[in-house]
Amino acid sequence: MTAPTTERRHIVVPPGSVALRLENLSVWYGAHQAVRDISMVIPERSITAIIGPSGCGKSTLLRALNRLHDTTPGARVAGHVWRNGIDLYAPTTDPVWVRRHIGMIFQRPNPFPKSIFDNVAFGLRVNGYRGNVAEQVEQALRAAALWDEVKDKLHANALALSGGQQQRLCIARALAVKPEILLMDEPCSALDPVATMRIEDLMRELAKSYTIVIVTHNMQQASRVSDYTAFMLAGEDRIGELIEYAPTREIFIRPRDRRTEDYITGRIG
Amino acid sequence: MTGTQLRPTVGTDTEFQPRLSLRRKVGAVFGVLTVVAMAIGLLTLGTLIVDVVRDGWSVLSWDFIRNFPSRRPSEAGIRSALIGTVYVMVLVAVIAFPLGVSAAVYLEEFAPKNRLTSFIELNISNLAAVPSIVYGLLGLGIFVRALTLGPSVIAGALTLSLLILPIIIIASREALRAVPPSIREAGYALGASRWQTVRMFVLPVAMPGILTGTILALSRAIGETAPLITIGALTYIAFTPKSLLDPFTVLPIQIYNWVSRPQPAFHQLAAGGIIILLAVLLSFNALAIVLRARLQRQIRD
Repeated sequence: MTAPTTERRHIVVPPGSVALRLENLSVWYGAHQAVRDISMVIPERSITAIIGPSGCGKSTLLRALNRLHDTTPGARVAGHVWRNGIDLYAPTTDPVWVRRHIGMIFQRPNPFPKSIFDNVAFGLRVNGYRGNVAEQVEQALRAAALWDEVKDKLHANALALSGGQQQRLCIARALAVKPEILLMDEPCSALDPVATMRIEDLMRELAKSYTIVIVTHNMQQASRVSDYTAFMLAGEDRIGELIEYAPTREIFIRPRDRRTEDYITGRIG
Repeated sequence: MTGTQLRPTVGTDTEFQPRLSLRRKVGAVFGVLTVVAMAIGLLTLGTLIVDVVRDGWSVLSWDFIRNFPSRRPSEAGIRSALIGTVYVMVLVAVIAFPLGVSAAVYLEEFAPKNRLTSFIELNISNLAAVPSIVYGLLGLGIFVRALTLGPSVIAGALTLSLLILPIIIIASREALRAVPPSIREAGYALGASRWQTVRMFVLPVAMPGILTGTILALSRAIGETAPLITIGALTYIAFTPKSLLDPFTVLPIQIYNWVSRPQPAFHQLAAGGIIILLAVLLSFNALAIVLRARLQRQIRD
């Protein structure tokens, strides 16, 4: 099968404002290839959404961006992810260094079974933060729009918070170690609409200073929050590929690929 | 009939045979069976305790704890065996716990998953099933003779440590495996190294389970007689070990010694020794349980 159109897989980004450049990125789990040959540019201080049906490899792609696959036995990544001229997959690049600069928020809120304060402070401690920890914890909680709700119970267990609060705590925890990029893997899929809205507002606010890459199966969410949208799809061979990548408005109003159109109009997936 | 048309059940139900009363009865029968199983366990323990306490209560006194063993039953005590047991058990805990937990952390968190590690895992499970007397022979060959430690406290502790190491490793691995992967990923995603993630996030969550396994393992070690006799622990000893290289005896050996005497007075002493052994075992376990409860509370609130 020949792809109908493949030309719209690149967006125009001024040279100085590229956050990440993916080059022929492929991921395998054991013998099975999950993602094939993804090349795309992620612009700085913006929100890029990755959408696609279940099993298209969007989460797999996201986890390749902070080298989280390194911790999964059997997972293998080929290709390059460039950031400021550094290949994150070069043999000399330390994955621990990568992950400190590229934070991640997971599908289910996963606070540590510790106090709210400790949750945020842990990242500072493991990375040898030399400033005032309490101050930085407060800054992070403020940045995640959680401070007012928890300032009187910083030493209560984080698991006592609501799901939405837990997810914002996880965002605060990620922000505390001062990353430049935040990866979000369906961050709202376990949350109710009100909590979802708060996270989306927070994302718009954060995008003023951070680069955000969000994986979502919720197309309304992608169209509401993101500046750019990438559509992925797995073919007959169940290997995920990048089908179309463009500014969000164009993807949703004038999808160029028929498969993109089928997906966003609800005909597939 | 093809099963393509699914409709709600209307009127009499012919397709299903719910047999509700039978299922309820089967459930009740199994409920009773589980209660019986538990009762058998409790009755055995109860009988044992009643029997032992009835026989041994009369010999329990400070003198019984303070005195060394003697040929005259009225003067005999368990001082050397009690101190020997406490010495050996503290040493076993100090040696086996860190070794076992470290080995489990390596296998579970660091080791690559390949044929070699699965071979190692298989053999650790096998080791847990090796009869204790074989460990006694191993201890005799390695610690007593090759390392020339003699039949000493440290040789006994090392032998028992080897004996319970597989149990601690297996229990710790289970506890580590039960820690949700999301906790590890949260650690990695914050830029924590593998070791930092294990130490700060994974081990604390796994610790209650690890301690439970350790309690069981130590309970096994405290009752062992065969391997210690094999390495040459004495059955009669009228002094307490002063250093790690001194000879020693332990409670089960003393109890065994008394039981094998023909005079009934010594059998009472044996029962008294069993009560002391149970008391020591329960205090060790209580310590570990308090520790575990505190850790669990820390994790929960």
